[in-house]
Amino acid sequence: MENLPRIVAVLLDGVPETVIAAAGGILLTILLAFSAGLALLSEHRLLRAISRTYVEFFRGTSEVVQLFWIYFVLPVLVGIQLLPLFAGVVVLGLNHGAYGAEIVRGAVSSVPKAQVEGAKALSFSPRDIRWRVVMPQAVLEMLPSFNNLFIQLLKSTAILSFIVVSEVTERGVQVLVPNFGDDIVLIFVLMLLIYLVLAVLITAVMRWLERIGARRLGRRPSASARTAAVAAAH
Amino acid sequence: MQPSEPMIVFEGVEKRFGDHVVLSDLDMTVAPGEHVTLIGPSGSGKTTILRLLMCLEKVDAGTIRVGGRYLTHMEKNGGLVPADERYSREVRKRIGMVFQQFNLFPNMTVRRNLTEAPTRVLGLSKDEANARAEELLDLVGLGDKIDAHPTQLSGGQQQRVAIARALAMRPDVLLLDEVTSALDPELVAGVLSLLQDIGKSTDITILCVTHEMGFAQDFSHRVMMFDGGRIIEDAPPEELFGAPRHERTRTFLQAVSG
Ligand SMILES: Nc1ncnc2c1ncn2[C@@H]1O[C@H](COP(=O)(O)OP(=O)(O)OP(=O)(O)O)[C@@H](O)[C@H]1O
Ligand SMILES: [Mg+2]
Repeated sequence: MENLPRIVAVLLDGVPETVIAAAGGILLTILLAFSAGLALLSEHRLLRAISRTYVEFFRGTSEVVQLFWIYFVLPVLVGIQLLPLFAGVVVLGLNHGAYGAEIVRGAVSSVPKAQVEGAKALSFSPRDIRWRVVMPQAVLEMLPSFNNLFIQLLKSTAILSFIVVSEVTERGVQVLVPNFGDDIVLIFVLMLLIYLVLAVLITAVMRWLERIGARRLGRRPSASARTAAVAAAH
Repeated sequence: MQPSEPMIVFEGVEKRFGDHVVLSDLDMTVAPGEHVTLIGPSGSGKTTILRLLMCLEKVDAGTIRVGGRYLTHMEKNGGLVPADERYSREVRKRIGMVFQQFNLFPNMTVRRNLTEAPTRVLGLSKDEANARAEELLDLVGLGDKIDAHPTQLSGGQQQRVAIARALAMRPDVLLLDEVTSALDPELVAGVLSLLQDIGKSTDITILCVTHEMGFAQDFSHRVMMFDGGRIIEDAPPEELFGAPRHERTRTFLQAVSG
C-alpha cells in the first residue's frame, strides 16, 4: 500500500492520452457514422455500395489487426508513418463509425413514414424534410445507442498500448507491473476504476443531451433516464 | 385558370399496387369551391385518390389536373412527360391535407408546426407567418396553446392544430382523410363543427373522406360512392342518402348506419 501514491500518479499520467484518444475517436465516429449512415439510405446505388462495404469491412475485421495495418503495414506499403496516438484515433473512429452508421440508418428509418408524408403535404423540399423533420427526431432516437458505442470506444482505447501510446493501460502494463509486481491486484483495480469513472462521465453527458432532446419534444425524459438521475442524486 | 375551369380533373386515372388494380379508368371533376365527400367500403380506393392528389402516390395511367395545371405530368417539347419532384411540389403548394393520425411534427411547438412551411416554402416573413398562425389558432379555438408541444395536446386539439397547419398554406384545395376516425367519440362533434365553419367561411375546394354520414349530408355539395375502384354513384347528398339508385349504395349505407 505504501506504493499507492506512486501507482496512482503513474496511472493518472496516462489519463490525458486515453481521454484524447477517446475524444478524437468519438468525434471521428460521429462524422463517419452520419456520413456512412445517410449514405446507406441514399438513392444512389454506388453510394450505398461504398458505405455498405465500409461498414462490413470494419465491423468484420479485428480492431487490433486494423491498428497494426495502419501503424506498421502502411509505412511499408506507402511510406506514411502516422503518430501512434493519431493512428489510434483513426482506427477507433473507423471502427466505431461503422457500428454508428447502422445506428444512424436504423434511427432515421424508424421515424414514422407519416412524418415524411405530413411534411410532403406541406410541400417541404426533400432537404427540409430530412433536416427539419426527420433528423431532429432521429437524433434523439440515436442517443442511447451512441452512449453504448462511445463507452465501448473508450474501453477500446486500451489497444493503443500495443503501439506504445502511453495511455492508462500501457502505463499499467508496461510501466507499473514490471516495477511493482507485488501490487498487481491494486494496479488492475485502479485501472478498472479509471475506465469506470470515464465511462460514467460519458453517460452523464449523453443523459444530459437526452434530457434536452426530450424537453424539445415536450416529453418527460425516458423512464430509464429519470431513474439514473434519481440514482445519481442519492 | 378560366373562371369556368374545374379545380380538380381526373382523366382515365389508373392506380395499381402490384397486380392489384385499385383505381381503373377513373374520371372525376370537382368545381372550385365545391365540397365533395367520398364514401365507400374499406379498400375501395378513397384514400388512394387523396394520396394521388397529394403526390404521395404516382398514377399508373391517366392524368390529374389541379387548377388547370397538370399535377402528374409536365409539358415538355409540346408533349406530356411524367412530372418531376420539383414541378409536383410547385403545383402541390395549392393543396393541403389533413390526415387521420394528425401527423404533427413532435419536434416542433404548435407555433413552429404552423409557421415552418409558410416561411420555408411560401417565403413568408417570420412576422407574417406568426400573425397567420395566431389568427388560425384562434379560429380553431386553441389560441392559448401556441407554445405547447403536440404531445401535450389531446387528440381533438392535435387535429385542430393539423387543420390550422394545412390552412396556414392558404390552399385552394383541402383534402380530409377520415379526420375524426382516430378521435375519442366526445371529441368528434367539435372537430366536425369546426370543419363546417371552415366550409362556410371560405371558398376552399374540399375533398373529404368520412364515415360520418350526418356530417357528409350537411357539409357536401356532392357525394361519390366508390366501389371496386370506380365511382358507382355520384349525386347531391339529398339524393344519394335519400334515394340511392344502386343496390350497392343502399347496402353500404345500411351497413354504416348499423
Ligand atoms: N402502399 C400500398 N401497397 C399496397 N397496397 C396498397 C397500398 N396502399 C393501399 N393499398 C391497397 O389499395 C386499396 C385501396 O386502399 P385505400 O387506402 O385507398 O382504401 P380506402 O377506400 O381508403 O379504405 P379505408 O376505408 O379502409 O380507409 C386497398 O386494397 C389497399 O390494400
Ligand atoms: Mg382510407
